[in-house]
Amino acid sequence: MASKAMQQSVGLRLLSNGFLAFWCLLASFPIVWITVMSFKAPRDAFASSAWDVITGPETRAAGNGLSILDIVVGITVLYFAIRWAFTVLPGLVRQVFPGGIIVLGWIVGAIAYGIAFIIVFFGILPFVMGFLNGLLGPLGEPIIGLTTIHYYSVWVENQFFQNFLNSMLVTAGVVTISLTVGTLAGYGLARSGSNLAFWLLIIALVFRALPHSVLVAGYLPWFINSAEILRPIFGEISPTLYGQPWAIIAVLVAINQPFTIWMLRSFFQNIPSELDEAARVDGCSHFQAFRRVIMPVMWPGVITTGLFSFLLGYNDFLVTSLLLDAQNQTMVPAIAGYFNRETTTTDQVEAVAAAVSIIAPLFLLVMVFQRQIVSGLTAGAVKG
Amino acid sequence: MKSKTFFWFVAPSVLMMLIFIAAPLVSVLIQSFQVTQPVMQTVETETCTPGFLTQTCTTEIKTIPIIDEVTGKPQTTTEWVGFLSYQRVLQMDKVWEAVGAGQWGDILQIDFWKALRFTLTFTLLTLPLVIGVGLAIALAVNSAVNSIRGPVIFISLLPFIITPVIGSLAIYWLFVGDGILTVALENLLDRDIAMFAQAWTIEILMYVFRVWNNAPFAFVIFYAGLQTVNMDTLESAVIDGASRLQRLRHVIIPHLMPLIIFIAIIHLMDVYRVFEEIVGFRSQAHVISLQWLTYDFLVPDDAGNRAISRASASAMLTMIGIVILLILPLRRTWRDHKGGAH
Repeated sequence: MASKAMQQSVGLRLLSNGFLAFWCLLASFPIVWITVMSFKAPRDAFASSAWDVITGPETRAAGNGLSILDIVVGITVLYFAIRWAFTVLPGLVRQVFPGGIIVLGWIVGAIAYGIAFIIVFFGILPFVMGFLNGLLGPLGEPIIGLTTIHYYSVWVENQFFQNFLNSMLVTAGVVTISLTVGTLAGYGLARSGSNLAFWLLIIALVFRALPHSVLVAGYLPWFINSAEILRPIFGEISPTLYGQPWAIIAVLVAINQPFTIWMLRSFFQNIPSELDEAARVDGCSHFQAFRRVIMPVMWPGVITTGLFSFLLGYNDFLVTSLLLDAQNQTMVPAIAGYFNRETTTTDQVEAVAAAVSIIAPLFLLVMVFQRQIVSGLTAGAVKG
Repeated sequence: MKSKTFFWFVAPSVLMMLIFIAAPLVSVLIQSFQVTQPVMQTVETETCTPGFLTQTCTTEIKTIPIIDEVTGKPQTTTEWVGFLSYQRVLQMDKVWEAVGAGQWGDILQIDFWKALRFTLTFTLLTLPLVIGVGLAIALAVNSAVNSIRGPVIFISLLPFIITPVIGSLAIYWLFVGDGILTVALENLLDRDIAMFAQAWTIEILMYVFRVWNNAPFAFVIFYAGLQTVNMDTLESAVIDGASRLQRLRHVIIPHLMPLIIFIAIIHLMDVYRVFEEIVGFRSQAHVISLQWLTYDFLVPDDAGNRAISRASASAMLTMIGIVILLILPLRRTWRDHKGGAH
């Protein structure tokens, strides 16, 4: 479509593509590098030579490593696993979960796939390869050091899965509640041209700007003393809100509301209002029109907004670290516990492994939902 | 839509924002003028240790908190103290002292002013960097062949989507001690480098982290904006003999102007609450931000006390700051709305 006059000169094209390559390297390097580090013995992970970090001589010397055969088989299995996920899995999900509950089907499918992948890749494969490497002799000698021991100590010995479950609980709560409340408000705001709606949006924008520590300073005294404050109303069952995951969910939902309603409003504005007007002419009330006409077509916008709610709940450090106590901490603040006692290099590499564990789900998220994330980012901007 | 229906649609959302955003703000305002302290009493105690012939007895006067008999917690009193907490945060006496002595640099030794200086310079300096880098990536991707656009967008989204604390930790691990990038820099500059030993190197890393983290957002939005540039205008500019740079300046950038303003507003809001870098880089001894200051007051000290009053005062000051920063862009939005209504 670009005409000849628009074409770039060779020099400019080289410059532009070189810049792009540099940016991609910059964008991915820290993430790739800490992933590599997390699989090495402590002395290799923090070695000053990059080559040592990649090949891991110390790790290999300790007898943990991959042979050429391991690498070849591993890549093959990985390739087929990914291909299977994109070709067979969608059909399977559609078969088992027909119709409206397809979203649920995807969640179940993704979790089942993840578990199966971990069992095959980290359970069955090492066992089989250990046997094969023994048979092959020189080809079976490890050439790259690699160990999963840090993941084992983080997840099994240090009970990181407890933090993982807390994170999942908080995030799931934040996503469901903030979407339920937010879709209603977003629809209302999109369909009302009144001054009140405009002012609500402006106030929401101001709320969006508030640093979260300002709000937490307001919550803390009330949350710590809530049992005494609420006693006259609820009697003996009045809870101490401090340290309660559901209190955190409520707080994060509220913090996220301004953003959610702005975004959903712009999505609803894209749905032509003739649609619900037609339903109204046929005798539906506003709520009925919303349920029968709007709800079936709103899912792309809702999924996109849900992704951003997920990120907020999952990535939060400040609110959860101040309002939850050590027993039911979520993953991100829990990692702070690692670097407080980070005295030996082993502790440090365990912290790296924990960090990689935290970002792995996000990586999957971008892979699956790239299109939705991009459309979500732009929807907010273009509609303003 | 009738206002009654509208009310029922927005009620749950507005209620949540009232309880969890508006009410805490009022609470913070009140707390910042109050101080809650445990009620102390002085007791005279006599402790005796067995000695030869007679016991040695010492009387001591101790100050201990009164324990409430019903709840088993220390009794507390709350009193109105006016601007005392603000004074404790701002430390104006020290500021005037420094001004009087002509030692302007001493002001930046005080926590609040140090945090304010860093937060403001950080917010304002990263803004052009993020917009510039984002625009550059968008232009480069836009002129690249179609097949590489998808993977490039995927890789670009990673820094944006990653947990900020983890992102800053990742950068920290690359530079800490003899981290590989520190070694690379040492080889390049032929000198010993410790990136986390002084404020200015930490600040440079923070700028790098923030641009790494936020440029993808600007990139995605600019990229979407570039898809809607009017090709006719662009082609007529070519026919009129406009160079590539002139086209960029006079056609593309004006087209992207609303998006630049949008990114600037979001950027001001997000970067003003700079916090995660300080946790990730463990830089609190050298560089702190306003939000970190409030956070630090809220974290219990060794005795388990939280400085709620001072936290509230610093929170109020932080809030005033962001309101001032946003007044200009928001007034513009308001004028546009008024203009659109007529």
